[in-house]
Amino acid sequence: MEKLIVSPSPHIRSGMTTQKIMLNVIIALCPAIIASGIIFGLRAIFLILICVATSLVWETLFNMITKKPNTIGDLSAVVTGILLAFNLPSTLPFWMAVIGTFVAIVIVKCLFGGLGQNFANPAIVGRIVLMLSFTGAMTNWVLPLSLQTADVVTGATPLVSQDAKYLDLFLGMTGGCLGETCALALIIGGIYLVARRIISPITPLFFLLTVEVFSVIVGVDPLYQLLSGGVLLGAIFMATDYVTTPITFWGKVIFGIGCGIITCVIRFYASMAEGVSFSILIMNILTPYIDMITKTKPVGALPDKNKED
Amino acid sequence: MSLNCIKIPHIKDTEDCETIRFPVPETVYIPMSQHMGAPCEPLVSIGDEVRVGQKIGDTDAFMSTPVHSSVSGKVIAIDDYILPNGRTCKGIKIECDGKQTVSEDVKPPVITDKASFIKAVRESGCCGLGGAGFPTHIKLNFDESKTPVDSLVINAAECEPYITSDYREMIENPEDVLGGIKIIQDMLNIEKVYICIEKNKPKAIELLNNMTLQNNSINVIKLSTLYPQGAEKVIAYNATGRIVKEGELPLNQGIIVMNVSTVGFLNRYFKTGKPLTWRRISVDGTAVKSQCNIKVPIGISIYELLKFAECDESKVKKVLTGGPMMGLCVYDLNTPILKTNNAVLALKKDKKTVKTNCIRCGRCINACPAGLMPTELEKAYEQRDIDRLNSLKVNLCMNCGSCSFVCPAKKNLAETNQLAKLFVAKNR
Repeated sequence: MEKLIVSPSPHIRSGMTTQKIMLNVIIALCPAIIASGIIFGLRAIFLILICVATSLVWETLFNMITKKPNTIGDLSAVVTGILLAFNLPSTLPFWMAVIGTFVAIVIVKCLFGGLGQNFANPAIVGRIVLMLSFTGAMTNWVLPLSLQTADVVTGATPLVSQDAKYLDLFLGMTGGCLGETCALALIIGGIYLVARRIISPITPLFFLLTVEVFSVIVGVDPLYQLLSGGVLLGAIFMATDYVTTPITFWGKVIFGIGCGIITCVIRFYASMAEGVSFSILIMNILTPYIDMITKTKPVGALPDKNKED
Repeated sequence: MSLNCIKIPHIKDTEDCETIRFPVPETVYIPMSQHMGAPCEPLVSIGDEVRVGQKIGDTDAFMSTPVHSSVSGKVIAIDDYILPNGRTCKGIKIECDGKQTVSEDVKPPVITDKASFIKAVRESGCCGLGGAGFPTHIKLNFDESKTPVDSLVINAAECEPYITSDYREMIENPEDVLGGIKIIQDMLNIEKVYICIEKNKPKAIELLNNMTLQNNSINVIKLSTLYPQGAEKVIAYNATGRIVKEGELPLNQGIIVMNVSTVGFLNRYFKTGKPLTWRRISVDGTAVKSQCNIKVPIGISIYELLKFAECDESKVKKVLTGGPMMGLCVYDLNTPILKTNNAVLALKKDKKTVKTNCIRCGRCINACPAGLMPTELEKAYEQRDIDRLNSLKVNLCMNCGSCSFVCPAKKNLAETNQLAKLFVAKNR
C-alpha cells in the first residue's frame, strides 16, 4: 500500500446517478414514442430522432465553444429532445424543430449554467417559442394515419372539436401533438416512474385533480378534459421535472394545484385552446418563491433568532 | 411523526465471528488524548516500569478521563502525537515484557453513593464506546433537581455497515450488559430502560428479551433496520418519542443515551476493577481476507491489526476507523487504536463516480434525519450567507452522511455542512 486515500465521510454512495435518473425517464417515455409511431407514422419517429440528435449537437457545440467539459453523458439533453418532439405536430418541418431544440438547449438550459440551473422547463419554452413563431405549422393537427382519407389529412384537435370518443382519446386515435395523444402510453410511463421512485406522484395527482374539480365546477366534461390535449403529458413528464419544480412535499402540492387552475383558466376563458405549457411555465417562474414558503421544519429547531431581532 | 431515514447495505460479515484475542504486542503507543475533551498529562517518565491497568495519564480538566496502560513493560519514549484534528498531545510508547502483569491498583471500586459511583466511573477511564467518546462520568453526573432523568436508552442499533462489535458484546456478554444497566439504574434512580436494537439482529433481540422477561422496567425495542437509527437524537426519539431540541442534550429531555458496549464495560469494571484498556474491534472491508472481531489492547497500531486479519496490502486504498458512513480515514497505518474505535475497515479502490450539477431531485431533503435541506445549505455556503445558514439550521447537522449517500449528482453534501458549521462558528 503506497499511499492511502483520505476523503470525507461517507465512504459509500448509493448506486443512483443523474444519468440513471434520466435513463429511467427515457424508458418511461418509450411507450409514448412507440404509440406516436403507430398513430402518426414513421415521420413522428423521425421528428423525435431529429430533436434528440440536434439537442445533443447543440449541447456539445455550446460546451466546445465555452470550453466546458461535455455534459451530454448525463442524458438530460435526450430527455429534453424527446419531450420537445412530443409537443410538436408530426408534420412540422424539420428545420423548425431544430430551432426549437436550439432554444430549449442553448438559450433555456446552457446559457443559464447547464443542467440544474435553468429556471424554466427547456422543452416547454422551446414549444412556446415555436408556437408563437410558426403558429400555422405548429397547429397543423394531422389526423392519425388510420383516420386519414385521400382528402382529409388534418383536422381540429379534440380540445377544439369536442367530439372525440373516450376510447379514442385514451388510445390516442385523435389529432394533436405527436406525443400527447395516447393517454394509455403516458400513464404507463408515469406508473413506471413512480414505481421506480424517480418522480413523486404528488404533482401529477394534484394537477389532474385540480383540472377535474375545476371542470366539474364550471360544468365541463371532466374526463374529456383529462384525456384530451397535453394535460397528461404535462402533468406526468413536465410538471415533475426536478430542476424547475418545487422540492418539498407541500411545494409540489401548490405547484400541481397552480398548474391545474392556470390550465383550466386558459382552456375555458382565454382565446387559446390549450394552456398546459403556459401553466407549467408560469409555475416554473414561481417555483423559487414556492420553495421559499415551503421550507422543511428541522427537527427540534428553535425559532430563528434573526427573525426575533 | 417519523424521522427521515435511508436504506443502506448491511454487510455484517463478522456477525458470527466470535471475539478472538490479539496476541501480546511488542510495543504499544498510547496517546494522551483518546476522545473529545482535554488531553491528559503523562504520569510516567521514560524508563519507568508499568503494568496492565496502571494509570499513566490524567488531568484536572473537567472534560476528561484518565488513561491506563494496556500492557506491562517499560516506557521507552514520550513524544508529541498529531491528532486527526491537527492538534498535538503527548503519546507514551511502551515496550511490552509479554507477561501482562496486572497492576496492584486494579481492584473493584467501593461504591456507597452517587458521588463514589461517579468517581469510580471516572477512574475507569470510561468514555462512550460508540464512537464519539463523550466522557461517561460527565454524562452520568447530572443534577436531578435541574434535569431529572427517567429514561436510560441503551444504543445497540449499530446501524453502520460492517461493524458488529456491539452485537458481539450482546451475544457474548449479555449478563454484563444487563448488570451495567442495573448498576446505573440503581445508582441514578432511573425508572425506564430501553434497549434499542435494529431488527437485523434477531438473535440479540431474542436473547435480551428472554433475559429481561421478569423485569418490567427494561424494554427491548426493535428498531427498523434503517440508517441512522444509532444517532443519539434519533434513537432517543424512537425510544421515548421525545424530541431533543436545538442546543439541548438528551439529558434536557430526561434521557441518557449510552452505548451497549459502554454499559457492558462498566459492569466488568465494577466486578474486577480493570479499567478501559482494550476494545473489541470489527476488522473487515473489501481488502481484508479473514474478517474478525478481535479484542485488542489500546495502543496497538492499525498496521499490526490489519496484518493479523490477513489484509491484502497491495490492494488497500483506504483505511477507516469506524463505519463507512461516518468513519474517519487513516492517513498513517502506524496510527494507534484508541478507546473510541469499534471497527477498522480496509477498502479497495472506491467506485468511480461522475459528479454533475445539482438537479434538485430532493433526495437529500427526504433523507435528512434532522429535517434539513442539504441542497439549500450548499447554496447558502457557496454564497457564504451566514444568516441563511443559521435559518436553515446548519448546526443541527449530525454529519450522518445520508445526504451524500443518496445524492445522484454525487455531491459531498455532508462535507459541505461540516465546512459550513465551521464557517458559522468562526464568524459568530
